[in-house]
Amino acid sequence: MKAAPFEYARPATLAEACSLLAEHGPDAKLIAGGQSLVPMMAMRLARPAWLVDISRLAELQRIAAPADVPARGDGHFTVGAGVRQCVMEREPLARANLPLLARALRWVGHAQTRNRGTIGGSIVHGDVSAEIALVACVLDAALELRDTSGVTEIPAREFFLAPMVTAILPEQCLAEIRFPVWPSAAAHIMRGCAFEEVSVRHGDFALVSACAQLELDADERCLRLELGIGGAAPVPLALPQIGAQLAGARLDEAAIGAAAAAAADLADPEGDLHASADYRRHLARVLAERVLRAAKEDAMSNSKARAGK
Amino acid sequence: MSDERLYSISIEVNGELREALVPARLSLVDFLRDTLRLTGTHAGCEHGICGACSVLLDGEPVRSCLMYAVQADGRKLTTIEGLAQPDGTPGALQDAFCETHATQCGYCTPGMIVAAHALLETNPAPSEHEIREAIGGNLCRCTGYQQIVDAIKLAAEKRGTPTV
Repeated sequence: MKAAPFEYARPATLAEACSLLAEHGPDAKLIAGGQSLVPMMAMRLARPAWLVDISRLAELQRIAAPADVPARGDGHFTVGAGVRQCVMEREPLARANLPLLARALRWVGHAQTRNRGTIGGSIVHGDVSAEIALVACVLDAALELRDTSGVTEIPAREFFLAPMVTAILPEQCLAEIRFPVWPSAAAHIMRGCAFEEVSVRHGDFALVSACAQLELDADERCLRLELGIGGAAPVPLALPQIGAQLAGARLDEAAIGAAAAAAADLADPEGDLHASADYRRHLARVLAERVLRAAKEDAMSNSKARAGK
Repeated sequence: MSDERLYSISIEVNGELREALVPARLSLVDFLRDTLRLTGTHAGCEHGICGACSVLLDGEPVRSCLMYAVQADGRKLTTIEGLAQPDGTPGALQDAFCETHATQCGYCTPGMIVAAHALLETNPAPSEHEIREAIGGNLCRCTGYQQIVDAIKLAAEKRGTPTV
């Protein structure tokens, strides 16, 4: 369980890090928190000749809430790829603007790994059960990739290609993630979110996870809904079609059940040692139902809290 | 092996500045145990599952098997040795582990104490759920989690009691 020999560089700027990637190509790997890469190196599933440490780059530590949440159109909450998960967990701006991410982070590993693991690192690792990747897809975040020639942007929904395979090139560094923030809502509109998963033990990799963010009017009619399932397909699954189907419909128990069944139909799970494909599909339905119900309850209690103020 | 490049690092370990030349692939736990001979930190799974190697990096618990020593260059570390009282006798948390027989075989103990110490520093009166959450990343193969939870509760109570 020892890594093969490698050379180590700790560049002072992101541009310098990109130059090192350009110079060494696939022989170099970026390391930030290392909570996924170091175990892979210990097991020799990864054997980079160079490790480029970007954990101290101030350029990757930006946390920027939208200056004011726009009345129309989504705002953007920018998170530097190098921001540690524990920092986002405690960040009041994130809780207020990105409650779904704040909830997802409670499911990410353990305190010791969240203290090192980063938001961007989890995304580029491309694990199908990763909570942060799922939230990025569900909220339709944009990923900003940097290399020596400049900046490329790619939607999170197009970034994941297969288990542990993403669209990032060896010479690129994920610099920032831009999460959409829904525009401010009229007083009668209720908004809520939920994240749920099933794993062998809390903190382990999820067998299947699900999350939802929604907006309801006073009659519990669905104005906007994003739902997604993790661990039940080769990539994190955002299901905007379910949101489109439910638009304008009353989110009652029947609608929740039907939406969850539709979500499970769209899942494409594989079986492995930990869970069969059938069980994962079952979990996809059960968890989709749970998050829709929980997000609705969250929306209603948020609206009560707002009315009580 | 012999032609591996060495990197100069300097890390403050338990208040003392330690300098060394290390290969990049030397994990922090191996640096602590083999280079500095601070063997209180235990190496368990060596790939980030068991938590036995937990140390405090700038006050926050991290797994020292999931870091290379070069990554800790310029940072401050506290190991289990650094949690004893200045005269070397056990601290209140360590005493509580003895009192409730939470050490059992002892293998996971340093990691448990480091995790519990970090918890009590930020949350002096944790609930049982918060205690279990804080040690959730630490495995005990004696399966004696109950005594460990009891120890952390006891330490929290003792810390909360003003000493006259």
